[in-house]
Amino acid sequence: MTDLNAIYVIVMRELKKFVREKSRLVSSIARPLIWLFLVGAGMSRLVGPRTGMPYTRFIFPGILGMTILFSSIFSSISIIWDKEFGFLKEILVAPVRRSSIVIGKSLSGTAVSSIQVFIVLMMFPVIGERLSFFQVALTLLVGMLVSFSISSFGIVIATFYENYESFSVIMNFIIMPMFFLSGAMYPVKLLPGALKWASRLNPLTYGVDALKNIMFHAGAGAMGPDFSFTLDMLVILLSSAAFVLLASVFFERKQ
Amino acid sequence: MPAVISVEALTRKFGQLTAVDGISFQVEEKTIFGFLGPNGAGKTTTISILCTLINPTSGRAIVNGHDCKKEPRLVRSSIGIVFQDSTLDKDLTAYENLVFHAYIYGVKKQEIRKRAEDALRFMGLFERKDDLVKRFSGGMKRRLEVARGLIHRPRVLFMDEPTLGLDPQSRAHLWEAISGLPKEHGVTVFMTTHYMDEAEVCDRLAIIDGGRIIAQGSPGELKRSLGGDIIFLKTADNKKAALKIKEALGITPGEKEGELFLASGRAEEQIPAVIRALPDLVLSVRFQRPTLNDVFLKFTGREIRQQDVQGPDSLKEDLRAYVRRH
Repeated sequence: MTDLNAIYVIVMRELKKFVREKSRLVSSIARPLIWLFLVGAGMSRLVGPRTGMPYTRFIFPGILGMTILFSSIFSSISIIWDKEFGFLKEILVAPVRRSSIVIGKSLSGTAVSSIQVFIVLMMFPVIGERLSFFQVALTLLVGMLVSFSISSFGIVIATFYENYESFSVIMNFIIMPMFFLSGAMYPVKLLPGALKWASRLNPLTYGVDALKNIMFHAGAGAMGPDFSFTLDMLVILLSSAAFVLLASVFFERKQ
Repeated sequence: MPAVISVEALTRKFGQLTAVDGISFQVEEKTIFGFLGPNGAGKTTTISILCTLINPTSGRAIVNGHDCKKEPRLVRSSIGIVFQDSTLDKDLTAYENLVFHAYIYGVKKQEIRKRAEDALRFMGLFERKDDLVKRFSGGMKRRLEVARGLIHRPRVLFMDEPTLGLDPQSRAHLWEAISGLPKEHGVTVFMTTHYMDEAEVCDRLAIIDGGRIIAQGSPGELKRSLGGDIIFLKTADNKKAALKIKEALGITPGEKEGELFLASGRAEEQIPAVIRALPDLVLSVRFQRPTLNDVFLKFTGREIRQQDVQGPDSLKEDLRAYVRRH
């Protein structure tokens, strides 16, 4: 019971802060839209007609993946902030399980990220995508699961870092490579050997692929999904469980 | 009275360094127990073990009947903690910080509001309850942390240097609240300090230096262990008075700068007898009592340095704002 209360209040804290900081919401929505409309528009001139679908439509699931990646990981590595400013101690000495703290934090990331995914997803008519109500609902649901997985991954990362100087390290060496190797900007199957393997180890790849599975119609060819929807979901669910477990263990570890 | 904290041969090593070296002590219920020592003496390490944040290398610590190493959750649910550095969420209001705490400590929902408001009133922060904590002064933050530490009705409240870096007025204000805790809330207080005047108010003290407890007892006992008070007398006739004191009390007083002086266990008890022995001779009486500083000096051979440490919080906040902007 205490643990459920703890999860609830950890999520509420995150949401309260998210709503309070308007600039955070605006900038977190602006990033994917800039990529979608600026990069997407430019690139679609290059990779246009031959591939069977406009480039902007191709990267749309990837842009949703980007929204999830940035907002989930940012939300999770706020743990480093909490560590730096002492608040984490307040949580760690509370009589709750470490796993509840991890789940609470992951759900915080999921909540914040889902709001943003919803806003970005609603742009679909603008880029000429046609989605049924069912596709929209399924995209949101899968988006939540992917958010949870990436958030819990972010917590595993956060347990390794002590201060905000590490922020740029995480940004440059974890978030950006994860984004580019996720199949968001180009199909994984077109990557050269080593990179193909790296992208297969990237949890976000399966999230983006699941979204492609939902949105793309059959016959997308080389631009289509790389894996089956079942495999995508399996990886997402299993990796979530593994990350939550890992993060709990790392939290429990005492100096 | 039963012991609510009991520590036996507790040791904690960090690599080569032995931060806490086989200490033992007991804390009775509803008292204020002070851990007095200079920086780096092992105070924070001890408190971290008692709060289950780190495990001891060897030895045992029992808080409220639970072993800190084996039953950390049970220990955690029965204690409140005020750390040396602030652990408040500065982007939430005072009230929201308390509500968050109440939830993670499993306080019943229908009671949270009342308890939070009571705690805020007790610490004199009720009018500011809906202000963001980042607008609070250092003293107010510390008081808010005490309020938060009490909201789940802990048996023991741990405080690590609670008045560090506060101005004298905030210190007095905070201290007034702390000293009322055992009686008004039935809480046992375990605190570390290196301020002598705060140590003075504790029911019991342990003096720690270099990871070892070098003396413990009530402040009075510790001071008496130095040989007690000294009574100084100005009399109309020192020679006559000295003789009469020797006759009546069996002590030969010394003489220094026109004053007689004599060693005494508790001066306030002996002064009436001294005056009775010297009818019409006494012009003035004063006595000197050894201070805790004298005690510390005797046991360690040096004085506690009274350092004024600035809280690192404000610097961190600036840095955080900087990082967010970039």
